[in-house]
Amino acid sequence: MLEIKNLHARIAESGVEIIRGLNLTVKAGEVAAIMGPNGSGKSTLSYILAGRPDYEVTEGEILYNGESILEMDPAERAAAGIFLAFQYPMEIPGVATMEFLKVAMNAQRKARGEEPLKIPELIKRVKEEAGLLSMDMAMLKRPLNVGFSGGEKKRAEILQMKLLQPNLCVLDETDSGLDIDALKIVSDGVNALRSPDRAIVVITHYQRLLEHIVPDSVHVLYKGQVIKSGDKSLAFELEENGYAGIIEEAA
Amino acid sequence: MPAVQDTIDRVRKIDVDQYKYGFETEIEMDKAPKGLSEDTIRFISKKKDEPQWMLEWRLEAFRRWLTLEEPTWARVNYPKIDFQDIYYYAAPKSTPGPTSLEEVDPELLKVYEKLGIPLKEQEILAGVQKPKAEADEFDEAGDNVYKSGRVAVDAVFDSVSVVTTFKKELAQAGVIFCSISEAIREHPELVKKYLGTVVPTTDNYYATLNSAVFTDGSFVFVPKGVRCPMELSTYFRINEKNTGQFERTLIICEDGAYVSYLEGCTAPQRDENQLHAAVVELVALDDAEIKYSTVQNWYPGDAQGKGGIYNFVTKRGDCRGKNSKISWTQVETGSAITWKYPSCILRGDNSRGEFYSIAVSNGYQQVDSGTKMLHLGKNTSSRIISKGIAAGFSQNTYRGQVSAHRKAENARNFTQCDSLLIGEDCGAHTVPYIEAKNSSAQFEHEATTSKISEDQLFYVMQRGIPQEEAIALIVNGFVKEVIQELPMEFAVEAQKLIGISLEGSVG
Repeated sequence: MLEIKNLHARIAESGVEIIRGLNLTVKAGEVAAIMGPNGSGKSTLSYILAGRPDYEVTEGEILYNGESILEMDPAERAAAGIFLAFQYPMEIPGVATMEFLKVAMNAQRKARGEEPLKIPELIKRVKEEAGLLSMDMAMLKRPLNVGFSGGEKKRAEILQMKLLQPNLCVLDETDSGLDIDALKIVSDGVNALRSPDRAIVVITHYQRLLEHIVPDSVHVLYKGQVIKSGDKSLAFELEENGYAGIIEEAA
Repeated sequence: MPAVQDTIDRVRKIDVDQYKYGFETEIEMDKAPKGLSEDTIRFISKKKDEPQWMLEWRLEAFRRWLTLEEPTWARVNYPKIDFQDIYYYAAPKSTPGPTSLEEVDPELLKVYEKLGIPLKEQEILAGVQKPKAEADEFDEAGDNVYKSGRVAVDAVFDSVSVVTTFKKELAQAGVIFCSISEAIREHPELVKKYLGTVVPTTDNYYATLNSAVFTDGSFVFVPKGVRCPMELSTYFRINEKNTGQFERTLIICEDGAYVSYLEGCTAPQRDENQLHAAVVELVALDDAEIKYSTVQNWYPGDAQGKGGIYNFVTKRGDCRGKNSKISWTQVETGSAITWKYPSCILRGDNSRGEFYSIAVSNGYQQVDSGTKMLHLGKNTSSRIISKGIAAGFSQNTYRGQVSAHRKAENARNFTQCDSLLIGEDCGAHTVPYIEAKNSSAQFEHEATTSKISEDQLFYVMQRGIPQEEAIALIVNGFVKEVIQELPMEFAVEAQKLIGISLEGSVG
């Protein structure tokens, strides 16, 4: 589903290269974990996948279902089924969460040539998913992410992901700022999305999240490259020994 | 949110220089000779069958105007206006006035159709209300703007009111809602008593000019203790080439009366700049309340800033009685130049003034707008919420004055001015004047200026919302506080206009 080939990317403004020859393949049905120390380029990778304009791809290719997405803007990529759950979701003052969900869902439906959702159907779906994430209607009436706690923001991200039903889910440090109960709720939400025709990329600093969302593959990112890949046991190894050993090994 | 969706559809269809409302309607016109002189004024007065005192009033204003100079203190630039190159009167020829819609010139009705006003004329004229269930569903989805009520429309076509509906029902309630010309003829005692008492003929250059040459406008009188049974609405429309619009509106609420008045405008495309200098006077007596809402969408000029309406308006409300309240809500998206400060004189004890404003500027538009809250009585309070959105090469200035007279004990004001910038070439300015001559006054002023952040835009687009729509969504969120103050019918129109106005604001 996702093929990243020899990707080089830099910050557009400063020209600083962050991704330096990254290769990664994630198949449909797979849950891939991307781990790595701070500053290894994990979040940057998620932004580049979603098409954030402040990064520039200088070399290499990102193929999604066999086609390059580099020329697509963020909205086009989203409509094509790429979803990024942000580490720091943005506040949208004055826009009720429910209203935002409606606009987003209908924008994607429109891009696919589908009719907009009828209001009762929309409300039914949102209520159902929100219930599973322990979010109440009062919260959905508040402006999106404004005054939300860290945990509420993350839940709102997962809610959007579940409603938009993307094919490729990228979760950037979704576990940060979550207590154990919230972590469980969020992980259940992600696990519910596991399916043979969907790929999930979990970016995380800690192994903790991977106890709840068990990955099929684990990739270690360092200085903008994947330096080691393995199965879930690699995550345990990292938890025990830290990154130092693997970094040395790769050097 | 269907409004936003609709905005996008409309934005797609429209370019800045393909102004949707840029069409002309061919209806025979009856014009005064070009230019301004005592003869022009006599012509207008005669055309309107006015009594002698009205003519004298006009002539006095004209003589005064000749001694005045055009003000230059506003942050706007435009070529000097040649006041002799303007027609001061144009009226559709189809008189006498029709008594029902069927009798109205079909050309005129077509104009309204072309305008695509969301407030569906026929439906509303017929008093159709949306099924309640449908409205409630929207409410739950965060959209409560579809609950359509009934609206009485006093359609102003160029300078003469052609259709006035709901007149009967209003008359039963004792409400007078008619054109100012009719009021001068039919209710001279009321007009004489109140006209010019809020905005005197000597007030300022444009108001004085208006006093001399005003051709039409609305008159509303709500008698003691009456709550006006419906929203009153006027759609202004400038049609004939080079016809300056000099509307004069006078609204009076007697003791304990209430009225909500809506004013909305669109104008056909023009090459020449069109001058508009309206005067609106509101009078609220004891315990009365007037709510005045405006959606203004006049032609702002083309992509290079050519053409567009000059809008120099004097709007002022007088809270003359105790416990009275006047509330101004405005959504300004059009005009090349806007010079407009809807104000409140808080004369009565415990009176309250409110000003809610959204001013959107794009292209080369120049907006200098704000309010004045003049606290004269005891325990008076006022609230100002101003949201300015600047895009393109536009300049957007908030200019506001809050003052407390030395006798205005416990005067209170809260002012919040937020500006949002889109792009690198526009400007937002805030010029507050605050003056308290009474030590018990409490004035608060908050101001912010922000830009739509790349982060926000990226986040919204990541959910599959295309750029234009994402900007409209963020901006509509920014102005939510003010939109909520608008009557339902206008809220939808306002959101659409904001989206349309910001079309092409981000490259």
